[in-house]
Amino acid sequence: MTFCNINDNRLTYLRVVVQNSPFRIDKQLKLRMVNSVSSQNNLVSVRNLTFSRGSKKIFDDISLDFQRGKITAIMGPSGTGKTTLLKLIGGQLFPERGSIFVDGQNVHQLRRSDLYDLRKRLGMLFQSGALLTDMTVFDNVAFPLREHTHLPESMIRTLVLMKLQAVGLRGARDLMPNELSGGMSRRVALARAIALDPMMILYDEPFTGQDPISMGALVHLIKSLNTILGLTSIIVSHDVHETSVIADYIYVISEGKIVGQGTPAEIQQSDSEWVQQFMTGAADGPVHFHYPAKEYVDDLLSSGKRY
Amino acid sequence: MIQLIQNLGKSTRVSFTKLGRASYFLIQIIFGITSVLVRPRLLLNQLYSVGVLSFLIITISGLFVGMVLGLQGYYTLSDFGAEETLGVMVAASLVRELGPVVSALLFAGRAGSALTAEIGLMKATEQLSGMEMMAVDPVKRIITPRFLAGLISMPLLAGLFSAVGIIGGEMIGSGLLGVDEGAFWSQMQAGIDFYDDIINGVIKSVVFGFIASWIALFEGYDAIPTSEGVSRATTRTVVNSAFSILGLDFILTALMFGDN
Repeated sequence: MTFCNINDNRLTYLRVVVQNSPFRIDKQLKLRMVNSVSSQNNLVSVRNLTFSRGSKKIFDDISLDFQRGKITAIMGPSGTGKTTLLKLIGGQLFPERGSIFVDGQNVHQLRRSDLYDLRKRLGMLFQSGALLTDMTVFDNVAFPLREHTHLPESMIRTLVLMKLQAVGLRGARDLMPNELSGGMSRRVALARAIALDPMMILYDEPFTGQDPISMGALVHLIKSLNTILGLTSIIVSHDVHETSVIADYIYVISEGKIVGQGTPAEIQQSDSEWVQQFMTGAADGPVHFHYPAKEYVDDLLSSGKRY
Repeated sequence: MIQLIQNLGKSTRVSFTKLGRASYFLIQIIFGITSVLVRPRLLLNQLYSVGVLSFLIITISGLFVGMVLGLQGYYTLSDFGAEETLGVMVAASLVRELGPVVSALLFAGRAGSALTAEIGLMKATEQLSGMEMMAVDPVKRIITPRFLAGLISMPLLAGLFSAVGIIGGEMIGSGLLGVDEGAFWSQMQAGIDFYDDIINGVIKSVVFGFIASWIALFEGYDAIPTSEGVSRATTRTVVNSAFSILGLDFILTALMFGDN
């Protein structure tokens, strides 16, 4: 990539990020879609996807659409393969059947170099942050810029400080990843994910294990980045409350199938017992509290087998 | 009985697929070399952590191995009244065998295990996956520089080992046991051939560096991304490297010194 990676337009909203606090969204600013080539309404569409791990079917013939400029959430209990879906979208895993289109391109039929070009336009926030532990916060955020652009160091410094300012961690630039709290490292990872001005960010469980304050900060940050930078966001999460606040559309997945979909309000009103149990967090319901086992009394009275 | 055959078939299949993955990995590494040459700083950093940080263990071990060789050689040779040939004996065993082999074993223990643990943990903490998602090929960015660093530092470390070992042998031989210093060095000069001994030793250490780095990096890259998986991978690195180094040493020795 060349110098023109940063055009005037993008500098404009970088300035917006710097000047306005990320928690205030300037509705007057209508910005065009970033970094995208196709003009379809759905930035990502998943068609008839089937994926298994071993003998377990993670996804069974599901289709999902992710609208441009919106925040779409994928919810479901742990172990339903939500992270797997993100890895499929990013082209790190291959589906058994079905296809995934990102910005009009079939991810799994791209050549390696094209896939890498596509990934430059995607940002992914890993659950662990996945910061490079041998570099400072500053170098972590600078990493994609240094790898993919030939910008002079002074320009990289400016860009990195802007991104760090956007997540509120400009003062932490000299810290090492092991000196950061969980919430901070996720924000640094977010700054790194937006370093190349992507068209879309994939969030893998952004709220898990966060204290209320950093959770609130992340919720606002995701929402405001999406609006200010004109991004499309996909959030994978099982934090019902936080996700419903910011999501425009929600898919609820269980055992490889979509069990509910709609706007947060529609999901709340869903007549599916399963979705109701998930949204309210009831201990028993269609999803049983007990892992399948034989009768309790029989089990206690039987002699048992030693392994 | 059928169970036995089944297990045999299964383990053969598993080890062949692993060999296949390892070979593919090696090809990826080799394709990554050009991109490392463009950015020598990556290589320099790794040369430091793989090579320079192994300096101390190699120097100290070399010194002691040389001193022991001096002692043992003196006692054996003096039985035949041939103490003056101690220089040849010490230098030949170091340059031909002990230098490349022992330094490669130490290298596998010191640098190889560190590489496996580092790469394995990077995998476990999703750093490699994260790089892929940032459109950075982790093989080019992380693995190839480390591989080249191992390949370059191994012969240098083996050379250092032999040199320090010879000094150790001389300290004991002429310093302590009274072998004539002039005889020690001149016999060595006359007895050691540049091509037959030194170059063959260097070839050995290049091969060992290649195999030890390859095993260490592959085991890390292929590790199951849990703490147990990384610990097992580290163990396998040391064990497999040691076997490969010793086995290859036998083959190389048979090929190189077979005629004499």
